[in-house]
Amino acid sequence: MLDHTPKEIKERKAVVINPAKTCQPLGATYAALGIHRCLPHSHGSQGCQMYFRGHLNRHFREPAEASTSSFTEGASVFGGMANLKTAINNVFHIYDPDMIAIHTTCLSETIGDDLPTIIRSSEKPEGKYIIHANTPSYVGSHILGFANMTAAAIRYLSAKTGAPNGKILLVPGFVNPGDMREIKRIMKAMGVDYTMLPDTTGVMDAPLTGNYHIFPDGGTRIEDIIDAGNCLATVALGQFASGAAARELENRCGVAPHIMDTPMSIDVMDDFLMLLSRLTGREIPAELEEERGQIIDIMADLHQHYFGKRVALFGDPDIMIGLTGFLLELGMIPAFVLTGSPSNDFEKRVNALLAKAGVAGRAKAAGDLFALHQWIKNEPVDLLIGNTYGKYIARAEDIPFVRVGFPIMDRGVHSYQPVVGYRGLMRLLELMGNALLERQERDAKDEDIELIM
Amino acid sequence: MEGPAESLFDVRDILEERKSHIMIKDSGCGGGIRCEKETIAGSISQRACVYCGARVVLNPITDAVHLVHGPIGCASYTWDLRGSLTSGSSLFRNSFSTDLREKDVIFGGEKKLAAAIDEIVAQYTPTPRLVFVYATCVVGVIGDDIEAVCRKKEAQHGIRVIPVKSSGFVGAKPMGYKLACAALLELMGDAPREKRPGVNILGDYNHGGEIWIIEGYLRKIGVEVVARVTGDASCERLMQAPSATLNIVECSGSMAYLSQQMEKRFGIPALKVRFIGFNDIKTSLVQIAERLGGGALVEKALALVAAEEAHVGPIIAEYRARLVGKTAAVCVGGAYKAIAMIRLLKEFGVRPVLIGTQHGSAEDYAIIRDFSVDGAVIINDTSPSEIEKYVREYKPDLFVGNVKERTLALKMGVPFVDFNHDRKYPLTTYEGMINFIKELDVTSNSPVWKWARTELTE
Repeated sequence: MLDHTPKEIKERKAVVINPAKTCQPLGATYAALGIHRCLPHSHGSQGCQMYFRGHLNRHFREPAEASTSSFTEGASVFGGMANLKTAINNVFHIYDPDMIAIHTTCLSETIGDDLPTIIRSSEKPEGKYIIHANTPSYVGSHILGFANMTAAAIRYLSAKTGAPNGKILLVPGFVNPGDMREIKRIMKAMGVDYTMLPDTTGVMDAPLTGNYHIFPDGGTRIEDIIDAGNCLATVALGQFASGAAARELENRCGVAPHIMDTPMSIDVMDDFLMLLSRLTGREIPAELEEERGQIIDIMADLHQHYFGKRVALFGDPDIMIGLTGFLLELGMIPAFVLTGSPSNDFEKRVNALLAKAGVAGRAKAAGDLFALHQWIKNEPVDLLIGNTYGKYIARAEDIPFVRVGFPIMDRGVHSYQPVVGYRGLMRLLELMGNALLERQERDAKDEDIELIM
Repeated sequence: MEGPAESLFDVRDILEERKSHIMIKDSGCGGGIRCEKETIAGSISQRACVYCGARVVLNPITDAVHLVHGPIGCASYTWDLRGSLTSGSSLFRNSFSTDLREKDVIFGGEKKLAAAIDEIVAQYTPTPRLVFVYATCVVGVIGDDIEAVCRKKEAQHGIRVIPVKSSGFVGAKPMGYKLACAALLELMGDAPREKRPGVNILGDYNHGGEIWIIEGYLRKIGVEVVARVTGDASCERLMQAPSATLNIVECSGSMAYLSQQMEKRFGIPALKVRFIGFNDIKTSLVQIAERLGGGALVEKALALVAAEEAHVGPIIAEYRARLVGKTAAVCVGGAYKAIAMIRLLKEFGVRPVLIGTQHGSAEDYAIIRDFSVDGAVIINDTSPSEIEKYVREYKPDLFVGNVKERTLALKMGVPFVDFNHDRKYPLTTYEGMINFIKELDVTSNSPVWKWARTELTE
């Protein structure tokens, strides 16, 4: 019933049908929520911020508070300066954040509001901070918005005082708090001192105590962002969401950037640990060695369930690259790897991974789910991996479907669970394996149902 | 333990400008409330924008392409977000956007829009008969002449292509309702239509299949439905709407302009109805019957009411016993819904103590005040901080609201029921009343709340 996608592929250059991305300001909002006592502020129409909050609410099932300049017709003719100055004043007065993180929108960018000038001329209470990022919705995607806001925090705040703190600045990328918790656990196991930026643990996975607070306990501390200038190195996970922050800290404070893929495969996870070890001189602890051995043990136990299966995957570029690596390690075929985010590098990166493994597959940046669905209709796959919107394709084509990415609005608990690190790989294996085996059992005749699989 | 003492917001933290938007009903006569104003910059408003208003009204038209002309966000955030059910096409559940990029913003987006419409026509067989083109913020600033593009493409493809100039900043959500109504009028056209006995249902978006149930009631009474506006609507049937003899209007906020104009242009009078709660359903059905001839129709309506009440009444009574005496907060978007909800909760023996809407009018708030209990707080353009403050103060046993209130209410340990769009079954009508009271029962009696307001260390 939901299948309106024709099999025959006709060229499209102008219309996007069923997008696999959203706009920059959402990513900027999510990044800003990962700073302690920071209120994200959208400089645009009030509907924008309502949409970001709604999307974040539905994915995380958590409050996501953020304010807006509430543009009117007047503001869009005469500029949004008056609205923003009023907003800044009201936000500090009523919500009392330690910081306001302002992002622009397509509207305020097109009008040409000069944010630095407006911010300089605004009244800011003593000891409070205002930062901003330019996030025009007609450039990039929500991933670029996340990257821009993370870099903006460093640009505004980080300083080198000449007193090295021995810490790693860890930029986790546009991932769930469940992933951030896992990365933090790994850092702790390694004995590495770090600052994570942004850090939505304790914010977008805050506990229910009946004690709601607009600013939950989590989030990167502002003093830690300032002190990031004294870090030993930056480790940025995911070039698209985290690379900008690493480069910004290098430019401002000369902190060495190490930009790598999201650790969603054995190889990349190994690289991550060895990098941490090399940077800090810490040895990889037995605890993590054991986990690595366990995941390899599981892969050996179950490899036959995965090998040779054709997979279509879509989502954010860093997650897609990470996942492609893992699927190849499992002997699976990433037949279609699609992101909605525009990028020159994405297709090159995925194609290089495919070529190295000697596997034929197709990578696409700036794609949409209408295109992905057409490819699948023409060349069927065994498994689909992506966000909630994949359910239409999965249903139309009757393909097992594993939810990974953002947004996932039709299932719970996912945002608490990792897909990164060896533990995250275990979870991915379980999700994929169960999806494939449940399908096999669903389609099996009674006599073919086996107790042990 | 009971609710925590610490509050981030006390009265002095409410902005001066916001105080006049909040009213406490007392036993004497209450004062007025400030409303129908722009949101104050810097507040965390639950309000949406013009595009949102236009889109929600037109979205349920099942065989239409809803093409969002602008950068991608607005199309992504509104992709199949509302549970409007369809008995026909599901084309409307796909998301279409011109995904404007920087160069389009610099050089204008008209060419891309024209090409997008051509591509849509080329993709689908049969050709979609109706395309709505929504202009979002940027398009209003760069000045694309979307009307000209739409006219040209209508002529070229022989389909309806209707522009909706819904840039977010040109007003608030109700402005979007009006633009959607104007777009519907354009679809209906001006040509004189032969009248046939029957009604249009206005302002029912078929969430969870509600409009089908209401159509079933009307059929039993002997009333034909000409067009559904816009729940489970099709282009074909919408165009027949002018031939109806009566408009029955559910969500009056979104349909005000359409019902006025249909009366003026087509001579179709409007009757405001509500299918929420025993009193309102009965009144509405009887009024419809009276307006369409009375006599036997009214008898049939009363017979239907009697039969439904006999069936539903005992089930409601059983659950009511478990709810009676509880208090509730009701924070929803439209005043129509808030009013209906207050009346329904009172039928269930639940006392609404906190009522908020995003866009109520002075008239709406007067009605809300009359219907609400003494001491209730009534808030216009509610913000999360105000909700938090008054939830702490009033400690409602239940919260009825939308998605953004859901997370907030749950964080404060208050059982929550969604009465907006993140729901899957009917909540209006007799059948819906059972669903609704069951949901109130499930959420308020779930064991989870036993732990929700406690910590291990306390």
